[in-house]
Amino acid sequence: MTTISPVSPAPRAGLQVMSATTLIAVAVGLYLALIFAGTDIDQGNIQRIFYIHMPAFFGAFTAFSATVLGGILYLITRNPRWDRMAVAGVEVGLMLSLVNLLTGSIWARPIWNTWWTWDPRLTSTAVMVLTYAAYLMLRAGIEQPEQRRRFAAVYGILAIVTVVITLVIIRVRDDTIHPVVVGTGSTAAEGTFDVQATRGVTTALLFNLPVWGLLIPITLMMFRMRLEQLTEHVDRLKAELMER
Amino acid sequence: MTPLFWRACWLIFRKDWLQEQRSRELISLMTLFGLLSTLTFSFALQLDRLSRVESVSGILWVTILFAMILGMDRSAGNDRENETFLAILLSPIPRAAIFIGKSIANGLFALTIGAILIGLMTFLYNLPLLQPMIFLILLLLVVGLSSVGTLLATMTVQTRSRSTLLPIVMLPTALPLVLAAVSATIPLIAQSDVNNSIAMWIQLMAVLDAVYFTLAVLLFDFVVEE
Repeated sequence: MTTISPVSPAPRAGLQVMSATTLIAVAVGLYLALIFAGTDIDQGNIQRIFYIHMPAFFGAFTAFSATVLGGILYLITRNPRWDRMAVAGVEVGLMLSLVNLLTGSIWARPIWNTWWTWDPRLTSTAVMVLTYAAYLMLRAGIEQPEQRRRFAAVYGILAIVTVVITLVIIRVRDDTIHPVVVGTGSTAAEGTFDVQATRGVTTALLFNLPVWGLLIPITLMMFRMRLEQLTEHVDRLKAELMER
Repeated sequence: MTPLFWRACWLIFRKDWLQEQRSRELISLMTLFGLLSTLTFSFALQLDRLSRVESVSGILWVTILFAMILGMDRSAGNDRENETFLAILLSPIPRAAIFIGKSIANGLFALTIGAILIGLMTFLYNLPLLQPMIFLILLLLVVGLSSVGTLLATMTVQTRSRSTLLPIVMLPTALPLVLAAVSATIPLIAQSDVNNSIAMWIQLMAVLDAVYFTLAVLLFDFVVEE
């Protein structure tokens, strides 16, 4: 009979510190976005959604990058810890992608007079969401744990390549109406605004970028990995009980 | 890669080819599906002359994609059911050779179906689809899809929800290739702006094929571990 090491149910100190830091940072970020930053003269208060919308996209990319890194490291080392990181990355990345799409829709309704359009940029984000939703479907369809980790790692690597290529294709096409706030955009873009024109915009954006781009995905992934570790521990305990 | 490696690729390809020659299962299945799909799109979309130019390229390449998914799933399923794949894995053949042989076979079946569908759509929609560049686009599309599709079909055939899983995992990965193929085909059908716009998409498809093929060869080993 194998001895199963105990896993403490209480979150570790590092996770508690990350959680507190993230909560405070989100509160400060929301203050900067909703109160400190001035109101855009053309778009009004709806422009404030940008301080969540753009950082959420970067956060999703951080999470998906963790997925592909976890997949590669799992295939090399076969340590389940990396698979936990991969699946955590997908779930957190999907959540942040949906935040990005939802905030974008809310902004688009008054500015573009539509909730959704098959604009290349929007389509590419939708493709990214579906690609990683397929990752979760793949995992759900495999019962054997080692096979599930291996196949998920392979698909995770394929998925990031697909997403990057789709984003490149979209950048090549110059017919997008999605505004580009940083850098030069398409001549067809609708809803662009000047970050220098309104007081506090740059501050709010530069603060919220690392909060939504790094702090939130990393903290949520740590929670998810912890949950996965506890789930695996419970499964091992159940298996041990069945053996008796 | 030694001459023995290429001989192994040839033997794997020949196995699939002979199997298909005797059973005619995949070609019939994929052709019939392609025909039905084309007719369904025709009835459902009711395209006028102007709409056809933009829409037919999408219909053509998406139909080929779906037919390939069907064919590759069936091919992987046959190997699994007959336990031929297990026998191949037990033999001293490099895994990369198995992958290359199978993807060439899948690609050849798809090229056959693609050629049939291009001819059929030329006839049905009265559009100039019989052009060398369109066949080049077909070749580039099939190479990329058969690379990634062979890898994913080999993976999903080992799972519980085999047939439903392959379309779900393959469609997102196939999208960049289909996007590029459609973008390259529209100017050819419209016979406008040919040189400027399609060269970029053709190059992109070639790059995608190289990336997908390389990745699939590298990852195939991990998929067939037993």
